[in-house]
Amino acid sequence: MTRVAVISLDEAIAEYVFDGATVAFEGFSHLIPFAAAHETIRQRRKNLTLVRMTPDLIYDQMIGMGCAQRLVFSYAGNPGVGLLRRLRDAVENSWPNAVEICEHSHAALANAYVAAASGLPLMIFRGYRGVDLPRFNPEIGKVSCPFSGEELAAVRAINPDVTIIHAQRADRSGNVLVEGIIGMQKEAVLAARHAIVTVEEIVDDLAAHANACVLPHWILDALCVVPGGAHPSYAQGYYRRDNAAYREWDSIAADRHRFQEWMNENVLEQDHTVFASRAIASREGHD
Amino acid sequence: MTDYTPVEMMTVAASRVLSSTDVCFAGVGPPSEACNLARVLHAPDITLIYESGTIGARPCVLPLSVGDGELCETALNTVSVAEMFRYWLQGGNISIGFLGAAQIDRFGNINTTVIGDYRKPRVRLPGGGGAPEIAGSCDQVYIIVRQSTRGFVETLDFVTTYGHGKGGSSRQDVGFSTAGPTLLFTDLGIWAPDPETRELTVVSMHAGVSRDQMAATVGWPIRYADHVEETPIPSGKELEMLRDLHARTCAAHQIHK
Repeated sequence: MTRVAVISLDEAIAEYVFDGATVAFEGFSHLIPFAAAHETIRQRRKNLTLVRMTPDLIYDQMIGMGCAQRLVFSYAGNPGVGLLRRLRDAVENSWPNAVEICEHSHAALANAYVAAASGLPLMIFRGYRGVDLPRFNPEIGKVSCPFSGEELAAVRAINPDVTIIHAQRADRSGNVLVEGIIGMQKEAVLAARHAIVTVEEIVDDLAAHANACVLPHWILDALCVVPGGAHPSYAQGYYRRDNAAYREWDSIAADRHRFQEWMNENVLEQDHTVFASRAIASREGHD
Repeated sequence: MTDYTPVEMMTVAASRVLSSTDVCFAGVGPPSEACNLARVLHAPDITLIYESGTIGARPCVLPLSVGDGELCETALNTVSVAEMFRYWLQGGNISIGFLGAAQIDRFGNINTTVIGDYRKPRVRLPGGGGAPEIAGSCDQVYIIVRQSTRGFVETLDFVTTYGHGKGGSSRQDVGFSTAGPTLLFTDLGIWAPDPETRELTVVSMHAGVSRDQMAATVGWPIRYADHVEETPIPSGKELEMLRDLHARTCAAHQIHK
């Protein structure tokens, strides 16, 4: 196995995220890799299949900027605030382009990552009974238990071309520690052909206990140091969730013109180094 | 104390049925609010589980999202989302699933996916999240939602989460062995399924609520239990603790109302 390359975020996105790729930017409300998404938007990637359990603001922004052709997800809300208005505009009005949706429940999408991480073509679970979604999603099937005959739901594995996550820190060998709400980061990395990790910092010693969520350097492709890279979500131990930014997003995303102005000013005309100061501002705002 | 809102009554009524021995999967918003009110009032040892993987969360303020750091920092343990859904939920270790709803029908089926046609929706709602499997795998399900004709509909636009199907034995017929929705808390009353038909039936009305008010907020002819009780009004302590919880939450999330 080759050692992970410590490179800049723009290099990592340029190398691994290609037009038409299936990309998972994971992180369950915590450690959402916003800096990497903004770099992908700046590099004008198109026709991506975006996979994420909770599209959150990160995919609202990518969809609104025309990066997405297809969206695989299991809960499309702005947590604690309401709906995702750019996603809705794409689904309801095809703006800026039509986006095909592949919708799951959380249990199903989690199992789809587990299947891929396990090297299996599908995962079975007890779910989707009596409900409407299987009629609209061909990635959902049924199997009979060969031992009991019980009918179970099946979900096709999801193997992203690239998974991108944000984590607290890496050591000098490139081993990564993820702490707190770990969501589906490990499964999404193991499910993917390539993995990019952005971290808050590189340290001499991870100080990880024996059962911690550690991703060894040899399963990762690119490691980028991007302090604040999860803002406006949070990095436990570093900075808190910027709830004001999540609320403000609702009005920014409500209007196409205001959205575009905001993206110009805060994404297209910036680079990833701006995230460090945003996280500091967020931390101070809460202390 | 008589100065309280219908929504406060709803939350208080829901909190009363929870106890320290419950293991409760809490949806964010009104379910989580009722669960945490119970925890600070009379159920200090209730185990609250959030789909972000936090087991035994004891948040001081209500979470804005299921993944708030407060949940992880106060939890006994935090597991991956896959472990949560596969081992803890599907494995049969959770007694109560506490859900909200956008649309609900008379059999406790829930829609949180779309208003209108799925492929060309009038309104695209967030979707199922954890609810379909929470409602399937928890021993029983409580639902909390305000009554309105938009929300309480004759026919759902989309079945996101299965309750009692078309009533009677439908739930067992599609393969469930769990009880499904057993209580529905609203701003006007408390509903429970009829033992035979499984139709949600009004078992208690909050003080001062009339049957006309009930009828004006529900899109089907309502069935009432033979003996409809009056929900005891919130005590001073209940209201005080609920309002404290709100004040702490607003301060922490910098919400100015």
